[in-house]
Amino acid sequence: MRNKNNIDSEYLNRFAGRSYFMQGDEAIAYGSLYAGCDFFAGYPITPASEIAEVMAAELPHVDGYYIQMEDELASLSAVIGAVWGGAKGMTATSGPGFSLMQENIGYALMTETPCVIVNVQRSGPSTGQATKPAQGDVMQARWGTHGDHEIIALSPNSVQECFELGIEAFNLAEEYRTPVIILMDGEVGHMREKITMPLLDTLNIRERRLAEDDELIFGGELIPPMAEFGQGRFIHITGSTHKETGIRDVETQETHEILVSRLCKKIKDNQDKISRYEEIYMEDAEVVVISYGATSRPAKGAILRARNEGKKIGMLRLVTIWPFPEHKLTELGNEVKKIIVPEMNLGQLSREIERFVNCEVISVPKIGGIAHTIDEIYSAIIKEV
Amino acid sequence: MANEVDKKEIVEKHRHRLYKYLREEVLPTAFCPGCGCGIVLNCFAHAVDELQIDPKDMVAVTGIGCSSWIPSPYLLVDTLHTTHGRPIPFATGVKVANPDKTVVVIAGDGDLIGIGGNHLIHAARRNIDIKVFLVNNLIYGMTGGQVAPTTPSGIPTATSPYGNLEHPFEIAELVAAAGATYVTRWTTYHVFPLMESMQKALTKKGFSFIEIRSPCPTSYGRKIDQKRGSDTMLEYKESSVRIQDAAKMSSEELNGKIIIGKFVDKDKDEFTDNLRKLNQKVRNEKIGRDPEEWSLS
Amino acid sequence: MIEIDEELCKGCEICVDFCPLKVFEISQKINSRGYYPPVSVNEDVCVGCRLCELMCPEFSIIIINE
Repeated sequence: MRNKNNIDSEYLNRFAGRSYFMQGDEAIAYGSLYAGCDFFAGYPITPASEIAEVMAAELPHVDGYYIQMEDELASLSAVIGAVWGGAKGMTATSGPGFSLMQENIGYALMTETPCVIVNVQRSGPSTGQATKPAQGDVMQARWGTHGDHEIIALSPNSVQECFELGIEAFNLAEEYRTPVIILMDGEVGHMREKITMPLLDTLNIRERRLAEDDELIFGGELIPPMAEFGQGRFIHITGSTHKETGIRDVETQETHEILVSRLCKKIKDNQDKISRYEEIYMEDAEVVVISYGATSRPAKGAILRARNEGKKIGMLRLVTIWPFPEHKLTELGNEVKKIIVPEMNLGQLSREIERFVNCEVISVPKIGGIAHTIDEIYSAIIKEV
Repeated sequence: MANEVDKKEIVEKHRHRLYKYLREEVLPTAFCPGCGCGIVLNCFAHAVDELQIDPKDMVAVTGIGCSSWIPSPYLLVDTLHTTHGRPIPFATGVKVANPDKTVVVIAGDGDLIGIGGNHLIHAARRNIDIKVFLVNNLIYGMTGGQVAPTTPSGIPTATSPYGNLEHPFEIAELVAAAGATYVTRWTTYHVFPLMESMQKALTKKGFSFIEIRSPCPTSYGRKIDQKRGSDTMLEYKESSVRIQDAAKMSSEELNGKIIIGKFVDKDKDEFTDNLRKLNQKVRNEKIGRDPEEWSLS
Repeated sequence: MIEIDEELCKGCEICVDFCPLKVFEISQKINSRGYYPPVSVNEDVCVGCRLCELMCPEFSIIIINE
């Protein structure tokens, strides 16, 4: 199905080299189109509907397809089906839809289906504050689906970064043959900023690695090559525990152990490679603020103010939340006195940080749908230095 | 009559005729003795063989349940064994990505009209060119015989030990009302019309649906004194009424009867055709955002 | 000609019950998996309608019409 005759680059290059004023949601959509996404199936939900709307308008131009499915379960189902048909597929939702998608996220993990799921987080639990942002799905992104697994989740903090991570998510999905979650928050999703779209050939777009001849597609190496329908391979894809050929085998203990361990190892062994973060004023920092997404903007403002007053404060902004940068944090925990974690939740990432550091971890939660202000984070920091 | 040696050669030559559609390494099937799933598999393989459809041009999508084993792992085609209730939306993605393939969904009543009911009616409404063969054994068989949305009223099951308090779906009628362009109901007793209906479904463009009543001696038949699949099939033979005849019967006369035959056979624009036409139109007419107007610089 | 693969058979008796010409009976011979396969006792009256071939859930019966 993949569009191989460059119609997409002709269309997309028309946008290149110019700046636009757009929402984070829109930027994710354009980033995905640049990455070669040619299939989107989704269901409307605030604050992610704009992603679907842009994809509905733009996919026909790149000979891609938009389907509005009857619910979020069907949305991710259709994406996975299309991916095995050769497409680069994505869906977008928010908390309640993300909860519905968990079973199929597990299916994508178990079948090693590369796809992108955008969760524009809103205030929960349940229907919560539908139109207000939050960062409450951090742990759900990690553990929402049942069973042992690893996951990749990215967190943009600007509209330009939404565009870039839109592309990065697809690249990571293809490289590690895994679903990738873009864990945005409604603040970044709905804010408008200036972005520039580049020329397509300045970008590094990773194409799918397809199996040749008799290569196994569910084993044989840490990250096996993929296959597509219609190649005459008569592939067998199942969410049940399976052998390297793809045929179900739930009886043998070793088969399950080998499979699930490899699926986890794929990400764990490469966590340093996958993990991305930004360091600001870290060189001599005694106290560090760790933040991500929308919170990182006022957090940066707060540490700049503190620095101006001569305080030795730094900031680590996580761009990948999962896999968690364990080694970086372990190192950091030995270097600094305190870690301050402002989050738009009741302290989800701070728990993860505590696992790896010996120093004090101070959670600065804020829920209710309003992002931290610079003053709030500054007050929290200034007490600790 | 051929002698013994010739007989063996003839049999060898004939044995491969249908085995080419099966994953031989997983035979014999795991189905219970008398289970209708094997009959459905048999009819399907016959249908594909007579039509001479190349298995490379087919994709089978299935859910969770005993009848989901009909394609997975027994059919030797590209197979997608999905989560419970979801084969139809998975198949939707497959078909949109591979419009030239014959996409078939074979799964059970619990999977397709129970948990997956919403997807079934939406796919029918969309009229997407996938072929859905719903194997209806009136029970959740694989999990041990719990009451299903298709179980007749009053039947004792594992989770309705005092008798089913609910009423079952009339699936073929429901799917017809949802907008499908080809709907039939047959049973595993009516193998020849079933096979022909499968052939029609496989070759007709649009959402094609067959409800296939199928015996489950282990999880259902046993509860109603039909200990062998054969006993349930005898009931099919005796209780089936052709749709043409049913039209002249009263609801009392139809009580306990199975209406078989063709409910719908019509034409309507197909979903993936519409998607393709839209793309051509949009690209030819160059509708879209104008970077000149839209950009800041 | 009727060819029965006795090892694949699960003794469901569908062919015995539904052959319109009553060609089959259950044999007394048990197969290695504990089932009693059918045996064609009336092969001469078989007209090759292939109902048994199509109905057999195990692909155990092959009808060869010469």
